[in-house]
Amino acid sequence: MSLAARFRLRAAKAAGSGTAFARLCLVPLAIVVAAFFVLPMLGLIEVGAGGPKGMAAYAAILVEPRYRSTLINTVVLAAATTVTTLVIATIAGLFLQRNRFPGHSLLVAMLTFPLAFPGVVVGFLVILLAGRQGLIGDISFRLTGGKLVFAYSLGGLFLGYLYFSIPRVILTIMAAVEKLDPWLEEAARSLGAGPWAVHRDVILPALVPAFVASGAIAFATAMGAFGTAFTLATNVDVLPMLIYTEFTLAADLAMAAALSVGLGLVAWAILALARSFAGTTIAAAG
Amino acid sequence: MLTRLVFAGQLAFTLVVAAFLIVPAVLSMLAGVTVNYFRGIRSGVTLEWMVEVWELYAETIVRSFEVAFATLLLTLIVGVPAAYALHVRQGSWSRLIEEIITLPLAVPGLAIALALLLTYGGFGAFRGSWLFIAGHVVFTLPFMVRAVMAVFAAIDVKTLDESAASLGASPWRRFRDVIAPNARPGILAGSLMVVTLSLGEFNLTWMLHTPLTKTLPVGLADSYASMRLEIASAYTLIFFIMIIPLLIAMQMLGRDKRSAA
Repeated sequence: MSLAARFRLRAAKAAGSGTAFARLCLVPLAIVVAAFFVLPMLGLIEVGAGGPKGMAAYAAILVEPRYRSTLINTVVLAAATTVTTLVIATIAGLFLQRNRFPGHSLLVAMLTFPLAFPGVVVGFLVILLAGRQGLIGDISFRLTGGKLVFAYSLGGLFLGYLYFSIPRVILTIMAAVEKLDPWLEEAARSLGAGPWAVHRDVILPALVPAFVASGAIAFATAMGAFGTAFTLATNVDVLPMLIYTEFTLAADLAMAAALSVGLGLVAWAILALARSFAGTTIAAAG
Repeated sequence: MLTRLVFAGQLAFTLVVAAFLIVPAVLSMLAGVTVNYFRGIRSGVTLEWMVEVWELYAETIVRSFEVAFATLLLTLIVGVPAAYALHVRQGSWSRLIEEIITLPLAVPGLAIALALLLTYGGFGAFRGSWLFIAGHVVFTLPFMVRAVMAVFAAIDVKTLDESAASLGASPWRRFRDVIAPNARPGILAGSLMVVTLSLGEFNLTWMLHTPLTKTLPVGLADSYASMRLEIASAYTLIFFIMIIPLLIAMQMLGRDKRSAA
């Protein structure tokens, strides 16, 4: 056998055992994911259908007025958060990516720092801003004599959701602006387009995939965020709080299961839709 | 003139957004070392609240670190080989597996926690920290797998692997001597993310905790509900001190990667 042939044979053998090795590499993953995610989730779906209402528990989210109004509340709040975050992040992201000035990297660091703050902490920060002893109340008291307190209402929740959505969305938008082709803008400008027309017809359309990807994450996170709502608590009616009260106070396991399966499906569907439209997305904790 | 004005307007807007994010965090840090928050920082600076938090909640802090490191160890054992396998064997199966492991990011923690409770809640011994770790692993695993896969994609690990194979190295030796060392930046980035997320995880953990097994974020929620503002703030300050170095390390790592690319 020639040297080259022997060499090839050895490589082929190694590649063959490589396939088996690659399969072996997936075994721990398969065990962990099956035991702690796939099987429990299947169990959850089954329990959701196993209550006194049967499969109808899944329809109850849409049919029963109390659940439906909570669902609508949650969707409206998540949508408002998403739109506001996108507007804020686009203005700030475009500005930061296009201009360099002293203190630039510090500013970027400040805007992306709260990325990994858990929802509970964000809730507490909202209390410090808009709670009974909060900063906003203090300022409004000095200005108008009336204390502005809205931490414990839908407004506070909105503020909290903005707080944890902005850093994530800004990062995505900045990365997308960085990848824009400057020649397109140059071409538009040389054809006589003003700054406003360049933004409307060239820059913003090119950023649409980034809007969809980061908007979907912001929406899904806002739908499922529990920590912030839990800290601000009291009289806010959102889906995660409803699931929690069904589970702990009403002890209605089947309903809690059905509601959380529904919530999971909505969040997953939105991310899947966005991904099929705009490429990869990755979510993070809420 | 107009461009100057536009620049100033955008800068002002961005500064307001930054203030919205930073001011409350600074307020909470200050409140944690203030004698009386209601009277403001003029009432004096003290470490008394921090000491009190340590006495009340030291256990939760220790448990959070234990859970985070156990989670890290498991995500390393499970995630790094999986990332390698998913990278070298790209196909519809690999895509399906990737889809399944990233699902926990879309499904709210509350739902995962309920599912885990329904399946394993009956086993008394399992209700301890073990169930937290299981939940945290499911939730953080995609970050480890993705971080490592990103490095594999960037350094063309397939060619490295094949050349080692052509020299006759066994798969295990290739993994140990070629693949794992080359994946180091991804492993580091993934590890930082896993530890940071695990330390801050609340949604899952709150549902799974018992009065005897609280982690730091669970203790935080408890202190927000029942303790005076200074203690809640001091506790939050301790949490910030724990995760801010991790966040800075992550940002620096990200910057290195960008400047290298």
